[in-house]
Amino acid sequence: MLRIARLLAAKDLRVEARSRVVTNQVLPFAAIVMVMFAFALNSDAVVTRVAPGLVWLATLFSLLVLVQRSFAIESADGATEALRAAGVDPAGIYLGKAMALAVQLAVLEIVLLGSAVVLYRTELRLGGVALLVATYVAATCGLALVGTLYGGLAGGVRGRETLLPLLLLPVVAPVLIGATRATEAALGTGGAKVADGWPWVGLLAVFVALFGVGGTLAFGPLIEE
Amino acid sequence: MDHVVHLTNAVAVLGQFPVLAGADLTVDRGEIVLLQGPNGAGKTSLLRLCAGLLPVARGHAFVLGYDLSTDRDAVRRRVGLLGHANGLYADLTVTENVRFWGATAGASNAEVDTALARMGLADRLANVLANRLSAGQKRRTALACLIARRAELWLLDEPHAGLDADGRAELDATLRAAAGAGATIIVASHEQECAVNLATRVVGVVAGQVRVLPGEAP
Repeated sequence: MLRIARLLAAKDLRVEARSRVVTNQVLPFAAIVMVMFAFALNSDAVVTRVAPGLVWLATLFSLLVLVQRSFAIESADGATEALRAAGVDPAGIYLGKAMALAVQLAVLEIVLLGSAVVLYRTELRLGGVALLVATYVAATCGLALVGTLYGGLAGGVRGRETLLPLLLLPVVAPVLIGATRATEAALGTGGAKVADGWPWVGLLAVFVALFGVGGTLAFGPLIEE
Repeated sequence: MDHVVHLTNAVAVLGQFPVLAGADLTVDRGEIVLLQGPNGAGKTSLLRLCAGLLPVARGHAFVLGYDLSTDRDAVRRRVGLLGHANGLYADLTVTENVRFWGATAGASNAEVDTALARMGLADRLANVLANRLSAGQKRRTALACLIARRAELWLLDEPHAGLDADGRAELDATLRAAAGAGATIIVASHEQECAVNLATRVVGVVAGQVRVLPGEAP
């Protein structure tokens, strides 16, 4: 299973590195969303206060694009069917695609956090770095796992482009809430303390465990007809 | 069981609709069997059943010794199904595509290189992206993927579609060489002229059943 997962992840990352869809399309899209938030709120104080939430909202919107793209490369020339027909371990496919998605999300999140520092004057605190890193690792894994699961679910049905956001956004609400609260604690937004953030990281870890195990078991039946 | 494919009164259902209604078929190693029949007769369903993608609702179906009623996953690893799509990744080169599909079956680099060489892809086309290939070159790359995966039974659905005369001749030569090397091939094709010349046996598929054509062995 892990061999297949590494194989799929390497393939997906190679395809993305060559096609440059993430760098040429998804990153600019995420940056535009961040700028639009700033225009819409039109107040430095408000933007600084809600910056963690805006960063994670922009991440979620970009996640939709990344998941669509991840499964579009499989369906373009019937590779999903070919993977099934070749008897490739579906759990390996799931974990491999989630790993590749997590790497792309991580790059995106670093850029978004950087743009929050520049655009929203968000300040990073040394004391909150460990919490910030733990939050980003847990949230990224959670988003990648659930995104891959629902991408596989929506991938085989008609109208998948519109169905995916409908299915995915409600399910990732706990990640949005948990990651936003934990990030606020790490950054000290609104006077939040670092200690307040760790329970939210715990919630994110539970989410990761739930979708890691559930997704690994469910992905095979999902991509079967 | 020595037969590569042995179906007895096999029934397969999609939703409420029986796509195979009691198919009987026996195929031995090294044969190239052509499935002939009108659209909707069940040719593709027969291939998908043999590939382990379609469950057997009734009857008996054995492929490479595996009972498809209980062991569909195992048979998939030893069978290669090539449908209308090629299963190639547009942004990977020919070599990267074949290496990827070979690696899913644990093939070594030497086996991948052999597959590329057998399909004439080892030189000029090796580092060309799949989205730059012609239809015939894509088909050859897809077949190289089957070779790299060490597929023992090749199930080809309309393999001549979209190919020019040279491409068809190349494909036929490849399939004959593969059968000569021990692969068993079942082809569903509308291109009767070239497919009949290729096949060692022709069977008809009509209304979800296999019919033996006049002058052909069952």
